[in-house]
Amino acid sequence: MAKMTVARAMVEVLKSEGVEIIFGIPGAAIYPFYDALYDSDIKHVLVRTEQAAVHEASGYARTTGKVGVCVATSGPGATNLITGIATAYMDSVPIVAITGQVNSSLIGKDVFQEVDITGATAPFTKHNYLVKDPKKIVRILKEAFYIASTGRRGPVLIDVPIDVQLQEIEFEIPKEIDIPGYKPKEKGHPLQIKRAVEAIENSQRPVVCSGGGVIASGASQELQILIEKQKIPVISTLMGIGSIPTDHPYYLGMIGSHGQKEANLALRQADLLIVIGARLADRALGDTKITDNMKIIHIDIDPAEIGKNVDTNVPIVGDAKQVLSEINKRISERKDFWAHDIKAHKKVLIDDDKLHPYDVLREISRAYNGDYIITTDVGQHQIWAAHNLYIKEPGTFITSGGLGTMGYGVPAAIGAKFGRPDKEVISITGDGSFQMLLQELATIKREQVPIKIVLFNNTRLGMVYELQKKRCTGRFIATCLDGNPDFMILAKAYGIESMRLESKEKLKEAIEIMKSHKGPFLLEVVTSPDEPTIS
Amino acid sequence: MKYTLSVLVENHPGVLSRVAGLFSRRGFNIDSLAVGVTEDPTISRMTIVVNGDDYIVEQVTKQLNKLIDVIKIKKLNPKEAVERELALIKVNANSQTRSDIIQITEIFRANIVDVSKETLTIEISGDEDKIEALIELLKQYGIREVVRTGLIAIERGNKVISKSKSEEDE
Repeated sequence: MAKMTVARAMVEVLKSEGVEIIFGIPGAAIYPFYDALYDSDIKHVLVRTEQAAVHEASGYARTTGKVGVCVATSGPGATNLITGIATAYMDSVPIVAITGQVNSSLIGKDVFQEVDITGATAPFTKHNYLVKDPKKIVRILKEAFYIASTGRRGPVLIDVPIDVQLQEIEFEIPKEIDIPGYKPKEKGHPLQIKRAVEAIENSQRPVVCSGGGVIASGASQELQILIEKQKIPVISTLMGIGSIPTDHPYYLGMIGSHGQKEANLALRQADLLIVIGARLADRALGDTKITDNMKIIHIDIDPAEIGKNVDTNVPIVGDAKQVLSEINKRISERKDFWAHDIKAHKKVLIDDDKLHPYDVLREISRAYNGDYIITTDVGQHQIWAAHNLYIKEPGTFITSGGLGTMGYGVPAAIGAKFGRPDKEVISITGDGSFQMLLQELATIKREQVPIKIVLFNNTRLGMVYELQKKRCTGRFIATCLDGNPDFMILAKAYGIESMRLESKEKLKEAIEIMKSHKGPFLLEVVTSPDEPTIS
Repeated sequence: MKYTLSVLVENHPGVLSRVAGLFSRRGFNIDSLAVGVTEDPTISRMTIVVNGDDYIVEQVTKQLNKLIDVIKIKKLNPKEAVERELALIKVNANSQTRSDIIQITEIFRANIVDVSKETLTIEISGDEDKIEALIELLKQYGIREVVRTGLIAIERGNKVISKSKSEEDE
């Protein structure tokens, strides 16, 4: 057993867990860890605010399937992580967040840069730790990676006081992790699987609602086998976009209050709903009432999701990939696809001289043929992207689906590009969202991250502006973003190439310029404030 | 409807606040929560009384199970469990009322644990109804202070809820 400081031991565990990259900002309460990091091969990306560190770790985690790691100092550094941690919790993204803490002897005395970060993050971390005993650090870090990456994945926070980081310990990595209260169940119950097969075969109008859990468990192939065998139309939640290719003949689109008509119509007409890896929250269900006539099969790795928002006839706790492959072994073939009429009900887009957001998104889809990773922010552009982009592969549409965190898109794109440098990464954003974390342009510049940013600029907080237009009879308050900078000059200040697109005739040319540019690029698309979210 | 949950948790600092915090942020009504270490010093047992319907108790159980520190949860059937609460009641007592209060205390098989010129302090253990009944009777004398532990419960017979026996899992 080697003797070393806790800080060094932390780095050694990260190395043993295969961590290649960390996103963060140093501070006095985390300096020993950073000092130990100096001697390692782990890349550190210096962000410009801690919230971006979590989002970048999240983008990295969602594109690689690995655990994303971020680091911050105590007090404000730690609290700046909070929004990002809550975002990762709502979207089940595996993150290990490491925070420095004030000296153990000073905890609870409200000293400089002290905050109870474990108390603050308890409601939206999968688990968290305050490390008081130096000897426990190695086991705690191992546990953190295990908890973050297994079962329903999520963020884990480890708070390490500075004096603990400096102490010496005997370093030995435990071979096994045994947490008595944590035994994720991956295999579905055979009887429930049998009941599910019967329910599917006996149904007349089954519909699959595919959620983020399908992507997280890598169950896309199994899902396609099921729906093709049984000819079941698929609708998805925002998080489930990409779980099957959006051009699949059975895919009807996203459901919910901001969903597509065809998808919502299928949900209303169905006699069996097969929910996979989704929680069916208020925004996903929209106005659709689940009636007693509709049977529900709910497959989820988290038992707490089943029966939480909708009553379930056949609950199956387990990993979507495993459960679906068991169902596929037993299920028969169906002859007819019942939702032909719904599929034919596709909306017709307006064909005029104006530059509409959907034109831009469809042109991006055409130019890249879906060979990209898309990240989005939150707002009108998020819904435009969800409806109009061609998403070919699972895990290539990355968005803050649960918490709806504005500012997520650009840092998530940075993380995604570090995770998948082979892929073109495009961040779709709006002027409201972009300005929530635009300081990350500095990270893009420093690291020369070749991401593309498509910025829809309507000088509005568009989603709320639209709400005020409809619900408050045009009494617009606090939704006009007068004072926006000239985004092209802003990009130039960070050494980032840019272009402004204002007319339809320049559309193809602009997308080609963006596509052929090797480095980071900002394409500002000037959009009418009256462009609706759902066309 | 009231439900009694017996919850085994790891004996770590902060676990109680995690459990209590879960109740408040999910909007569950908690009637009482009693916690103490078990025969295994690494494990504590919480007895939680929840007020609600079947949906609420199912949600409470599922959400509690998500906490990493929670090892096992079992919903106790009141007919198959021994339930007890301890209360200390300080009641006004003068020369005229003292003997009446002592008589009531004896009927309830409670104990007088402290005496002063103006008060008696009574210790009583039993189920919630028994304690409520005593408090009701003592009200006429003027109750100065009541301290209650909340319910603790254990299954009757040879059944046990332990870390190792998975068949006992709820």
